Amino acid sequence: MRSDRSQSAPLGLKIAATCGLLFLHLPILLIFVYAFTTEEKSYQWPPPGLTTQWLAVTWNRPDVWEALSLSVRVAAISTLVAMILGTLCAAAVSRSRFFGREAVSLLVILPIALPGIITGIALRSAFSLTEIPFSFWTIVLGHATFCVVVVYNNAVARFRRTSGSLIEASYDLGADGFQTFRHVVLPNIATALLAGGMLAFALSFDEVIVTTFTAGQQQTLPIWMLEELIRPRQRPVTNVVAMVVVLVTLLPILLAYYLTRDGDQVAGSGK
Amino acid sequence: MTPAVSFQKVARHFGAVKAVDALDLDIAAGEFFAMLGPSGSGKTTCLRLIAGFEQPTAGTISIFGERAEGVPPYRRNVNTVFQDYALFPHLNVLDNVAYGLMVKGIGKAERLKAAEEALALVQLPGYGARRPAQLSGGQRQRVALARALVNQPKVLLLDEPLGALDLKLRENMQEELKSLQKALGITFVFVTHDQGEALSMADRVAVFNEGRIMQVGSPQEIYQRPKTRFVADFVGSSNVLPPDFVQRYAGQRRWGSLRPEAIRVVRDAGNDAVQARVSGVSYLGAATRLTLDTEGLRLHASVPSGSTVPEQGDAVAFTFNRDAIHLMDEAP
Repeated sequence: MRSDRSQSAPLGLKIAATCGLLFLHLPILLIFVYAFTTEEKSYQWPPPGLTTQWLAVTWNRPDVWEALSLSVRVAAISTLVAMILGTLCAAAVSRSRFFGREAVSLLVILPIALPGIITGIALRSAFSLTEIPFSFWTIVLGHATFCVVVVYNNAVARFRRTSGSLIEASYDLGADGFQTFRHVVLPNIATALLAGGMLAFALSFDEVIVTTFTAGQQQTLPIWMLEELIRPRQRPVTNVVAMVVVLVTLLPILLAYYLTRDGDQVAGSGK
Repeated sequence: MTPAVSFQKVARHFGAVKAVDALDLDIAAGEFFAMLGPSGSGKTTCLRLIAGFEQPTAGTISIFGERAEGVPPYRRNVNTVFQDYALFPHLNVLDNVAYGLMVKGIGKAERLKAAEEALALVQLPGYGARRPAQLSGGQRQRVALARALVNQPKVLLLDEPLGALDLKLRENMQEELKSLQKALGITFVFVTHDQGEALSMADRVAVFNEGRIMQVGSPQEIYQRPKTRFVADFVGSSNVLPPDFVQRYAGQRRWGSLRPEAIRVVRDAGNDAVQARVSGVSYLGAATRLTLDTEGLRLHASVPSGSTVPEQGDAVAFTFNRDAIHLMDEAP
């Protein structure tokens, strides 16, 4: 009998896993390759030549900068709103008992379970019903609906793992509500909030569906990319932007993963 | 003299549940006071009422003569050692101990010095730089104690302070807590469900059941002269004797109690001996506990180690000194 049997998978499974991973990740690599192609009208394979000129071209395109700046601003504000509302909501749900607590918990999570198109249509009809003109803030509102969920989920998990007697201990030792929040609650949920915030930022940054319904004439970066694909003009510019988006969203998600993974010891109760 | 803590007709109801009901209690200054009772008897609620985490539904609570209702926990000169210790996981031991002084705005050098002294008091000098997660259960318990004592509370509340420790450590901590209390002169109020702990540590014990105090008194009073069946049963392992039995041997129709060590098992039945059958034998080290069935009654007898012990199923007889039957107040 082989001793390493449990560690070695059958060949067929190995091949299937490799194919699966390639299927998932090869198209992303293609994006990187097309960012450096010399062919600007269509996606031709193999690329007729390689060039770095598109980096400079992209840098000098004002519409890219406009879309990027809008996306960053929307993501930043939505994340901020989500962090405040999500934390408050998580605190209420995990710290006290009240009528309809489970219902609130479910309703908060619902927007991320619903298809984005439903959220989008609902928000659009609500905006037109109340005659709110489309603006920066309507996009932020749309994004906040799902950003809140991400922050809430992270914060609720951390609150559950944090012993409730810590807060009582702080009161007992003479700290008032504000001091307790600053010296005990915040340090214990900080990494969870940071992780939730980063995920929310990444989600908002590449959101298309809800944005289409709530943006009016403005273009966030993903919407701009969609438009560029329809009107081919300096096609590799889109790929350069896509490459940047991948890097910008991947980094915070990886960071968030490491922060919550190490968080176990931070939040452990006194036991 | 003003009592350290005074409860007058205090009630704390959670909906229909009367966690504490019509409770009167005076705890003297400098006393080591134990609240003893099964879980759900209201003893922890009482402690939380003193700490300020709960507000009474009715009645008044005063701490050293000052009314305590409506005063938040952070404005009471009372500190708590929590059951799970509740050490702040993000702070090191020294900052944990200094926390109370920090939020009161005491300068860094001064509060760290006071924290060091408190750690020395609980025999953990030099542990300041460690994280709570790096300490053993017994050490965390000491840090929690130091963190409370550094604030120089008038009353120290301890919620099942030794519950999570193993037997040996628990016995050491019992003695240490007792001598610490004598040395500091602070009023200690501690909650426990372990009657041995309450009897060995406390100056006075209050026995709780269903939100009420059944009896308050010194450990000797509680153990030797229980007022009710509940107290006799819960504190130690006294035999509760029904009124008929008591009438036959003590001449009065009352509930009575008889301690296991007052029963003598004899080989040959004299005319005043009671016939019984041994239905259980448990070896306890210093003594052996026999379970005796007689007249539909189950009694425990304690036989010192070294004497001959009957076997399970043996027919035996036992006697006891009639004066050893303690008559309880509770009506039959």
